[in-house]
Amino acid sequence: MSIELRGERCVGCGACAQICPGSLIRMRRGTAHMESPERCWGCAACVKACPTEAIALFLGEDMGGLGGRMTVRTQSACLYWRVRLPGGGETIIVTDSRDANKY
Amino acid sequence: MQLRTEKIETDFLVIGGGTAGCWAALTFCGARSGRVLIVEKADIRRSGCLAAGVNALNAYIGRGKSPQDYVDYARVDAAGIVRGDLLLTMAERLNGVTGALEGIGLTILKNNDGSYAQRGWRNVKINGENIKPLLADAVRKQAGITVMNRVNVFAYIVKNNRICGAYAVSIDAPVLYVLSAKATLVATGGAAGLYRPNNPGFSRHKMWYSPFNTGAGLAMGIRAGAEMTTLEMRFIALRCKDTIAPTGTLAQGAGARQINARGEMYEDTYGITTSARVYGTLCENAEGRGPCYLKTVGVAQEQDMELQKAYLNMAPSQTLRWVESGRPPSAENVPIAGTEPYISGGHTAGGYHVSTKRETTVKGLFAAGDVAGGCPQKYVTGALAEGEIAALAATAYMGEHPGTATEAETEAIRAQLEGYLRRENGASADVPEEAMQSLMDEYAGGISRAYRYTEASLTVAEAKITALERQSELLAAGDMRQLVYILELRERLTLCRAVIAHLLARKETRWHSFAAHGDFPHKSGAWDCYVNSVYTNGAFKTFTRPLVTEGESYEH
Ligand SMILES: Cc1cc2nc3c(=O)[nH]c(=O)nc-3n(C[C@H](O)[C@H](O)[C@H](O)COP(=O)(O)OP(=O)(O)OC[C@H]3O[C@@H](n4cnc5c(N)ncnc54)[C@H](O)[C@@H]3O)c2cc1C
Repeated sequence: MSIELRGERCVGCGACAQICPGSLIRMRRGTAHMESPERCWGCAACVKACPTEAIALFLGEDMGGLGGRMTVRTQSACLYWRVRLPGGGETIIVTDSRDANKY
Repeated sequence: MQLRTEKIETDFLVIGGGTAGCWAALTFCGARSGRVLIVEKADIRRSGCLAAGVNALNAYIGRGKSPQDYVDYARVDAAGIVRGDLLLTMAERLNGVTGALEGIGLTILKNNDGSYAQRGWRNVKINGENIKPLLADAVRKQAGITVMNRVNVFAYIVKNNRICGAYAVSIDAPVLYVLSAKATLVATGGAAGLYRPNNPGFSRHKMWYSPFNTGAGLAMGIRAGAEMTTLEMRFIALRCKDTIAPTGTLAQGAGARQINARGEMYEDTYGITTSARVYGTLCENAEGRGPCYLKTVGVAQEQDMELQKAYLNMAPSQTLRWVESGRPPSAENVPIAGTEPYISGGHTAGGYHVSTKRETTVKGLFAAGDVAGGCPQKYVTGALAEGEIAALAATAYMGEHPGTATEAETEAIRAQLEGYLRRENGASADVPEEAMQSLMDEYAGGISRAYRYTEASLTVAEAKITALERQSELLAAGDMRQLVYILELRERLTLCRAVIAHLLARKETRWHSFAAHGDFPHKSGAWDCYVNSVYTNGAFKTFTRPLVTEGESYEH
């Protein structure tokens, strides 16, 4: 369980470094760096805070992860969750903070 | 590296800007004037248990039920070891705080008649993804509250058993803060990371409880001589295997039952209390009928999307698992496993021994949420309720400023911290942390021992933890973040010793898995009491106290 930072997409805003509940991300030379990937809880706070989908959540191989990558784009009350599938292709799921869980 | 000292004075100091802390700050401002300072190690917009969101409000008094029903339920679940006064005063506020949460913007599912849609009689269906940002927004709008984010509190300042404030360090800059206040609330949550986790390798922090709640508040209290209660009642969660995601949405929400590898439903064999659900799964595995699952095959395919969305709102890793494998809930049963033990007063009853007003045995120090004991099954709304009770008690307590640390005391603390920062060739906190988790697992009833321990094994654990505690004095930190890792390790070691002392003291097995004593495998009426402890002169003193029932008001 951890995150992957895609440096070429990072705009250096620092939102992820500020929001991580474990203070695990640091800004270096204007780019965000994950300092301790093995300390990541997988809460996705940084993934949601990133304005450019430069941060992707993945499941570690030790917990049976298959290589998928999850990023999020926020648009007003909606979160667009994009999963890039291990075998190529992607799935997008939209959640709306005005809709409650049905279960 | 040298530390700069900065002194800050306030009226009401809130340590930990999580669920209970934010709510207490808001309550204080609503009740009286005065300055409130929230000191938070992360950023209150996403810190603590609520970082990823939650799936439901687990504590609510549904139609036709009363607060007393909630007390009764919690008492049965904890096999009697609860504080009736704490449970009842909390339960009476559950519905009020639920309404207030809706008032700050939380989405709650409603029936056609406008009432809240319930899941069973105690849960309310919500969209909990943004619950922490909503709380943070409410705090931001309150002019009386100042928030210091990314500042880690690590010790209390106490004079004559009266709290004067606390010491803290910045996570980013070399600053030591000396905080002083008229009253203080500790709301740092429970503790994870004491035991070897489910995924000990790369994904070692993919645990259920927040790995960033390291038991700071508990350790600070223990060291200051505060009385603790019921730390032997550890919390072990039954969770989706690997992702360690909550199971309530599948079990209570979609009606998925626990089954073994033969497809047999085994819940009825063992009972449905929280500990019995873990224990049943353990037994099925031990007797060769594992692995165990939540039976989701058979849910309608249309439910798949709703379930995946629900998990995105609290545990996105589980949805990622479903999507990347192409095996949604309807296609494959979800494997389940017990987690490593945690200390969490929001689920079980371990934490500070508090009065009915939530004051600890240190004068002027109040406790609320997962850090406070005696009152299990609190969850989000119970943490808010306790935040309210504690803050209201604090408003009444406000007196003269009790003074602060002397220059000499502050210098001693500074020298100790600079010792870690200056030391060369010392080890980091990582290695002793792993050693601590392994030995707690092996000797103090972790996953690999099916949560069981004996007096002999606990005695070994105690000796090894004490040795690690001494070794940890010689660790080295390259920067402030690493310094905080060392402080966190030392908190966990203190708490491990307290947990061991409590496990040793309760000579029975009242709760399967949570406290499974190999030498005393049965429940005994002789232990219908609390096990409490106080740390003095470097040792833990444990003793019992008689049960307190609802209707009573308990003062120290
Ligand atoms: C994964 C998960 C899912 C859950 N799901 C639900 C659910 O669906 N429904 C429900 O009702 N309940 C749920 N709960 C339970 C509920 O979230 C908790 O019981 C409740 O939030 C605890 O509140 P708290 O204020 O005690 O702790 P927290 O909200 O965790 O607050 C503690 C705060 O203290 C800060 N802190 C810690 N140490 C320090 C320090 N040394 N210095 C400064 N700050 C510090 C932390 O960063 C944090 O912000 C869940 C819990 C978890 C872990």
